[in-house]
Amino acid sequence: MIKRLTLLLLLAGIGSLFAGLVLTYVPDETLNLTASYYAERTAEDLGAANIVTAIIVTYRGLDTLGEVTVLFLTAAIVGLVLSHTRGRSQSTGRAQDNTASEDGVTPTPATRRELPPTGELLTTGTRLLLPLILLFGAYVFSHGHLTPGGGFQGGAILASAMLLLLLSNPARRFGHRLITIVESTAGVAFVLIGILGILLAGGFLDNRILPTGTFGELFSAGAIPLIYTLVGLKVGAEFSSMLVSLSETEEL
Amino acid sequence: MTLPIALGLLLALAMVVLAVMAMRGRRSLGISILLAGLVGLLASVMFLLLAAPDVAMTEAAIGSGLTTFLFFFVLGRVRRGEHD
Repeated sequence: MIKRLTLLLLLAGIGSLFAGLVLTYVPDETLNLTASYYAERTAEDLGAANIVTAIIVTYRGLDTLGEVTVLFLTAAIVGLVLSHTRGRSQSTGRAQDNTASEDGVTPTPATRRELPPTGELLTTGTRLLLPLILLFGAYVFSHGHLTPGGGFQGGAILASAMLLLLLSNPARRFGHRLITIVESTAGVAFVLIGILGILLAGGFLDNRILPTGTFGELFSAGAIPLIYTLVGLKVGAEFSSMLVSLSETEEL
Repeated sequence: MTLPIALGLLLALAMVVLAVMAMRGRRSLGISILLAGLVGLLASVMFLLLAAPDVAMTEAAIGSGLTTFLFFFVLGRVRRGEHD
């Protein structure tokens, strides 16, 4: 009874809090000081058509570096935890394989368990869609300074292509090595571009180390397309490594 | 001006209903996961209405795509563990 009463009181409190927020909300008529600075100066200073991207990559580039680091740590921890379980499962799996071969069943080391067939629709659909999804992901992160989207979105799209590949053929093995190389190279290059910004332009991650070019063209906005391509590759590699680690633990 | 607001309210209502359905999970866990993914998809439409296409893309790719896959994956593993 008291529990229910407390719950109701809590709900009423939260409700009144939100009601106060909604009822007193007045939309801003003009942009505030920071926003108007970004809105007015971005195209002129940085040559980026997409102001959101200009803020994420250049004005607040350090925060993006932090986000990428957090994602990297997550991928590393997922890999660490799952590789532990994988090592243990491989030793037990081998023992089970031995018992299976004694029973006269031929053991298959790669996939001990018989996986169900994935179906014609998924296999053919994957074959058709995979290049298109990869192309779309590359488009999203290379056009981050012109259209909505960017490195994180493009990387997630790349990872979804990877996911489709894993779904259509769960027994497929991917080289962790390639993923690791792509990921670390992109990360190091991102930081190097940032340091070049200190040496050649206004500060860390300044995009004007390259000419800003013509407004609205693909090769414009200085280093923004370069940085976002690196971020896209890095994010895509991180998500892919997580998916691959997850799918590899399946073969217990 | 009023059309986006009406659409947004409708979306918000649908999201609340779907989220409650997903939480109660009357039918099965799989349907709950699908409903949660649907809430993510509607949230991305909502972000689009609020003029934030960048966030909408992230939400669609991660919130309704990869997360749903992850839930199904773990669900499958848990079920398989029960059978063994």
